[in-house]
Amino acid sequence: MTCKEFLALLDDLIDDSVSDEMRTQLHAHLGGCEHCKVTLDTTRKTIEIYRSNEIYDLPSGLRDRLHAAIMARCKKGC
Amino acid sequence: MAIIQAIVDELEPHPDVALVERVRDGDVSAYDALVRKYEGQVFRIAQHITQNREDAEDVTQDAFLKAYQKLDQFQGNSKFSTWLVRIAVNESLMRLRKRRTGRMVSIDEDISTDEGSVPRDLADWAPNPEQNFNQAELAEILRKTIQGLPQGFRIVFVLRDVEGLSTEETAETLGLSIPAVKSRLLRARLQLRERLSRYFHQRKGAER
Repeated sequence: MTCKEFLALLDDLIDDSVSDEMRTQLHAHLGGCEHCKVTLDTTRKTIEIYRSNEIYDLPSGLRDRLHAAIMARCKKGC
Repeated sequence: MAIIQAIVDELEPHPDVALVERVRDGDVSAYDALVRKYEGQVFRIAQHITQNREDAEDVTQDAFLKAYQKLDQFQGNSKFSTWLVRIAVNESLMRLRKRRTGRMVSIDEDISTDEGSVPRDLADWAPNPEQNFNQAELAEILRKTIQGLPQGFRIVFVLRDVEGLSTEETAETLGLSIPAVKSRLLRARLQLRERLSRYFHQRKGAER
């Protein structure tokens, strides 16, 4: 397996949607390719960091104001 | 997996279904519960797409009002949350079009096709590189990094990886094919990874 072939299946490996046979082949490639191992590890970490850190939070004051505005408009729109 | 999930869904209807039914029967307080549940998510998505806080506030209001008005059109063959996210994405794109008058905005914008190129950056990251930054610094880095992505990549990454929609739901929401979603997701993940590497390496290199 070449790095390009590995890369084409990187997302499927991360999302755990590869067959057992394919997973074995991908791991065999990883065993001998530091480049792809680093790519896999840091891509996984990238996703995890974005999942676990809220970058656009909704402060409670704004949430309350928005909520009240939405409900007022919906009630009018009845 | 999808089949098992479908069977589970059939046996146990999603709690949103009961709330939607109550709203259809005229119970506005049930809609209040739905708004409370999803307003944070709709706001985040609107902010990611419009990149503007005021626009995101307006979009959040408009999306919930539109969903309320169109609730009769909600078929129930997709989840309420997915249906709502689709409305929020459309409202966000419309808001962008209004702001950039005369210029079409679509999720196909700025998509380059350097498909399958192998990442250049080889150096590994520290085990927990985010711990080298305080919360505010990290949030700023993450915001700047994701804002630099082409819009068509950014929306796919946000829906799929941040908001947890499936590939199929993301494709349906954006009106894209499944291969298009997969291709954009890969490019988005790799570009973000490469851009984050700069910050994490720099900091690591500065350590004594």
